[in-house]
Amino acid sequence: MAWPSRPSYVPAGTVLGSVHSFDTSTGVDGPGTRFVAFLAGCPLRCRFCHSPDTWYQRSGRAMTVDDLVTEIRRYERFIKVAGGGVTLSGGEPLQQPRFTAAVLRRCAELGLHTALDTSGFLGDRATPELLDATDLVLLDIKSWDPATYRRVTRTGAVAPTLRFAHRVAERGIPIWIRFVLVPGLTDDPANVAGVADFVAALPTVQRVEVLPFHRLGAHKYRELGLPYPCADTEPPTPDLLDRVRAQFTDRGLVAR
Amino acid sequence: MVQQHSTAVRPEQHPRAGSDPWRGFHGDAWRDTVDVAAFVRDNVTPYRGDAQFLTGPTPRTTGLWDRLRDMFTVERERGIYDVDPHTPATITSHAPGWIDRDRELIVGLQTDAPLRRAIMPNGGLRMVENGLTAYGFAMDPQVRRIFTTYRKTHNAGVFDAYPADVLAARRSHIVTGLPDAYGRGRIIGDYRRVALYGVDRLVAERAAIKASLDDRPGTEEVIRDREELAEQIRALGELKEMAAGYGHDISAPATTGREAIQWLYFAYLAATKEQNGAAMSLGRTSTFVDVYLDRDIAEGRLTESAAQELIDDFVIKLRIIRFLRTPEYDELFSGDPTWVTEAIGGVDAGGRPLVTRTSFRFLQTLYNLGPAPEPNLTVLWSPDLPTGFKRFCAQVSLDTSAIQYENDDLIRPVYSDDTAIACCVSAMRVGKDMQYFGARANLAKALLYAINGGRDEITGEQVAPATPPVTDDVLDYDTVLAAFDRTLDWLARTYVRALNVIHYMHDKYAYERLEMALHDHPVHRFLATGIAGLSVAVDSLSAIRHAQVKVLRDGTGLVTDYTVDGDYPAFGNNDDRADAIAVDLVERFMEKVRAQPTYRGAEPSLSVLTITSNVVYGKHTGNTPDGRRAGEPFAPGANPMNGRDTHGLVAAALSVAKLPYASARDGISLTTTVTPDGLGRTRDEQIDNLVGVLDGYTDAGGFHLNVNVLDRATLEDAMAHPERYPQLTIRVSGYAVNFVRLTREQQRDVISRTVHGRL
Repeated sequence: MAWPSRPSYVPAGTVLGSVHSFDTSTGVDGPGTRFVAFLAGCPLRCRFCHSPDTWYQRSGRAMTVDDLVTEIRRYERFIKVAGGGVTLSGGEPLQQPRFTAAVLRRCAELGLHTALDTSGFLGDRATPELLDATDLVLLDIKSWDPATYRRVTRTGAVAPTLRFAHRVAERGIPIWIRFVLVPGLTDDPANVAGVADFVAALPTVQRVEVLPFHRLGAHKYRELGLPYPCADTEPPTPDLLDRVRAQFTDRGLVAR
Repeated sequence: MVQQHSTAVRPEQHPRAGSDPWRGFHGDAWRDTVDVAAFVRDNVTPYRGDAQFLTGPTPRTTGLWDRLRDMFTVERERGIYDVDPHTPATITSHAPGWIDRDRELIVGLQTDAPLRRAIMPNGGLRMVENGLTAYGFAMDPQVRRIFTTYRKTHNAGVFDAYPADVLAARRSHIVTGLPDAYGRGRIIGDYRRVALYGVDRLVAERAAIKASLDDRPGTEEVIRDREELAEQIRALGELKEMAAGYGHDISAPATTGREAIQWLYFAYLAATKEQNGAAMSLGRTSTFVDVYLDRDIAEGRLTESAAQELIDDFVIKLRIIRFLRTPEYDELFSGDPTWVTEAIGGVDAGGRPLVTRTSFRFLQTLYNLGPAPEPNLTVLWSPDLPTGFKRFCAQVSLDTSAIQYENDDLIRPVYSDDTAIACCVSAMRVGKDMQYFGARANLAKALLYAINGGRDEITGEQVAPATPPVTDDVLDYDTVLAAFDRTLDWLARTYVRALNVIHYMHDKYAYERLEMALHDHPVHRFLATGIAGLSVAVDSLSAIRHAQVKVLRDGTGLVTDYTVDGDYPAFGNNDDRADAIAVDLVERFMEKVRAQPTYRGAEPSLSVLTITSNVVYGKHTGNTPDGRRAGEPFAPGANPMNGRDTHGLVAAALSVAKLPYASARDGISLTTTVTPDGLGRTRDEQIDNLVGVLDGYTDAGGFHLNVNVLDRATLEDAMAHPERYPQLTIRVSGYAVNFVRLTREQQRDVISRTVHGRL
């Protein structure tokens, strides 16, 4: 589907986005109980990606900002009573920066806590206005070593993510770092140490979530007729998980 | 048959604390009239702190419990531990029994030995006979002669009076689980009255009420009331006699916490000696007992550890309540439930929490004794509860999955702040309301009857009156809905007729003498109907409306299958297109129930609750237009169908919360399972987040929530190695069960249900 370019005077509520799906979750996509919108389209092709069905923007459902906010408002009261907020995830929400910015802005106006779940690879597209409406960034740093980053993501590079991390931190926005631990791919001690050193120097990082690789997304590759690059990869052992978490906690970080 | 037992208990075990049992108590309203609610209101000391003060089990508690645990293993292997097949049970039929006489703090067993079941043929002789036979015991010919030749049972009475359409509906499983062969249960005596007032005062109160009827005209109602009051007075006398057998004189009020627990337990025990009720619920006792324990502690006669020990001992007793039932009954309800439901917490009419230290102590038994399905600990939740209590409840859910939550903010304004839960979700003002339990009607099957002109989709039999079947090949929403509405008229009429017969006969042949002695006179009666298969019916109608549903007919024109082309919004996604259908169905059926005449003028109510019978209902229901295959289980209670709620727990909960409590006053049940990771990364986060979800659901108007915090892998491992999980407890619809006691089929059903976690 071609995404028509829109003149800038179009009212924000009618900006179109491509939304893969939405869900409610508790305790995993930012603090508390959250409405999570998964936006369709991502420039990266991470080997361990558990949602290859969100790679293409054309595979999402076209929604206006108003459409999505209407859906969010059905949960607004619950979220406010329960404690929580709204998380824009994907896919890569920064692939649709105008839509993302408008939705975040509207949520902020509703008094809802907002989180942006991103790889940071398209961080340059995040406008100051977008970041102003963001209460928390869930930043997925795939790897430190540039060659490893490339091998993991197949299409990406680490530099834009690091640039984005600095911008976010400079604006004083809290950050939760995510690091997906894949044995044989991201677990090299030097690679982890690089991420940990970088993160430890960012003043607004509140926690690091070390996410163990799992194969629960394998069936999606089958359904899409795509080869699954991690078919033979095992989840990390508890020992490995402990070692990597320790690499973060040794630098004074809160890692889980 | 009264037996005398000399069982003098050493006096030092029961220090009498001065002559005035009411010393230090406040308020007057409860002194002159029997009014426990007023007593609690005047004397409660709300506790707003956290769980730090709680203590673990004493060696005495652990020793006693271990002894029983060994017996549970035997019981699990054999089905029952033991039964007395010769003695139809009454309050005084059996000699006193003990687990370990020197170590028990609270005494009293249903028969003369722990886990030894009694027979209660007043409900029905066949249930007794089948129960005995199933476990290798023979029916005593003398018992059989008595209950066939000389004494009629409830069950026999019902089948004398059932009309033909009720028999047909029952046979075809459109109405199932009716209490027509066993005790109806769901009546909660206000057992606290015995502790607060002593039996003599209650006898005098009953006698005065009876005398006040002397001048009334001799109508059937008045004569029946007088006979019932005479039976109640007799039962109170037997209660006193039973207690005397254990060396306790309960004619006067309890003077200490230990006596208060003992007195109220005796009253509850007497009810369970004589009634094999489907649910024999306890009421709302913890905060009442707290007043006594608090006084003991203030008087220096009790430590925290000793107070906890008393509650632990009481709960041990509640955990070994047993009834002789048939394997089929256990299959329907998963295991061997007794629904010893205890309502904990809540807020009073003035907004003051009714949480006390003893509310915590009851929950603490799940640690001190390990998790268990009984007593059915039910937290009356309100966002206004103190934070310390809310967090402790959430923590207990995380650790044990053994408690359920009901919406105190919905219950309190409709009933009162002294309301308890019978069975799973049935709210009643303690000692003021009772209900005629009515199981449930199968709405999904009724929809198939509508399409088939009243014929059963499995047998082809004409069960409902013949109406024109739907002849379209592609189902039209308005046509189907009009036919469904007519079928529901018939179903409501037939169903309530069945219940009227059942409760007429139960009052006549198996009257709850003691439980009713502990109610106000006159009592307010509910006629509690219920529905099963709500989400199947809703999704079927949604499919018919929003997708294209084609029918497949057999040679006789009977529709036996459906094909669904296209997507449809399913119940459980916070989508009004489906949820509005659910709201309409609940309101529609309740309206039809309201239009029926009821026995003794009972006020009709409705529940959306299946317990675990969702599996059996599904088994007896053919293919449905939502794409569900014949025989597949329904979702339990008001749950969305398995796997169709695709937007997470909150979306499912918000759909269920839309069901109108005003049309389902007997409760709306939602059972949910989350993985620990699905609540947060750390334990503190998980606790806070679960508190938030409970607040949000309650605020949204959700009535009931079962919370299981479990990994699928744990359940699968428990299926493979049941011996490793003797105490694994999970919440099913409205109560908890030992997972390893479920049938394989039920275990698979539980595991297949949506587990809310996130990839």
